[in-house]
Amino acid sequence: MGDPIHQFELKSLFSLGHIGPYEIVFTNSALFMLLALLATAALMLIPTRQRALVPSRAQSVAELSYEFVANTIQSTAGKEGMKFFPLVFSLFIFVLTVNLLGLLPYGFTVTSHIVITVALALLVFFTVLVYGFWKNGLGFFRLFVPSGIPIYILPLIVFIEVLSFLSRPISHSVRLFANMLAGHITLKVFAGFIVMLSALGIHGVVGAILPLSLVVALTALEFLVAFLQAYVFAILTCIYLNDAIHPGH
Amino acid sequence: MTRDNGDHGNSPSDEAALSARLKRLGERLGQHTGRPVDKSPGASSTADPSAMARGFRLSTELVAGVLVGAALGWLLDRWLGISPWGLIVFLLLGFAAGVLNVMRAAGVNMGSNASRPPD
Repeated sequence: MGDPIHQFELKSLFSLGHIGPYEIVFTNSALFMLLALLATAALMLIPTRQRALVPSRAQSVAELSYEFVANTIQSTAGKEGMKFFPLVFSLFIFVLTVNLLGLLPYGFTVTSHIVITVALALLVFFTVLVYGFWKNGLGFFRLFVPSGIPIYILPLIVFIEVLSFLSRPISHSVRLFANMLAGHITLKVFAGFIVMLSALGIHGVVGAILPLSLVVALTALEFLVAFLQAYVFAILTCIYLNDAIHPGH
Repeated sequence: MTRDNGDHGNSPSDEAALSARLKRLGERLGQHTGRPVDKSPGASSTADPSAMARGFRLSTELVAGVLVGAALGWLLDRWLGISPWGLIVFLLLGFAAGVLNVMRAAGVNMGSNASRPPD
């Protein structure tokens, strides 16, 4: 029980075969991704089957999540950003569902592994690159040349802008990963205090009330963080996509 | 039940009345949702409401800039054999990029933004 890192351990559930020398294994991480997919499908597909004019409760949850993401995109990337609605919505719902599933008892937090968040961030990064060059051609390089800069410091600024652009997938992925990892470790550490204190006898049990109330409060905070980080991930995706749609600051 | 059966043979006037009502409902809904949309540009500059999330965001921006600068400098050193100059120069550039990231993330209005031509 004592090890707070133990919850992030990947366990192989069954083997799917080999590709070359590598074994392809279905892990608990893959299981929770699959569960997130099923939960999302159940949320979005089943209630919207009826398409009632006056939505049922479940249907209005689906509609609200659509409008929430649509508003986020339109306020950051404008009407043209709606092209990327499927991408942003999938990212938001996937990260949100996976974060929330990780908060269930015996749950596994997929986003606490940096492999996952880097893969998502690189997907966004390359989407921005490919779409930016496809739509603007070489005009995409205007992104690195802010207007109104004197010519003698322009090369320096361009270098800095390029580095700033390259650092985006790092900060994009590390933020989500670090938040989920730190939150779950904190929860586990405080929960460990309860067990340790209550082993000390009656005084310990009384003292354990303090970490217990902290764990309750932290769990509530973690629900907020789970939502907030999914939202931040989506809104940063929108901001980066906005650069691809309208380069030249 | 009997009303349901009656609706089956919808008269055109019923359809017109229904679509008119739908349109009015749509307009009213538009007014309702119009207000939050008006507010959101202000909210979008501060992407994350909670202070802790904001702090996390700013610190990762700075660290990411420095890391990318260091990695690029190190790679250039290895490829071009100019150690330690690549690392030194790109670490400094990376730090500048990190500061730029932080300023952007914090929504600091830079001078160039104000003087740019509207496009």
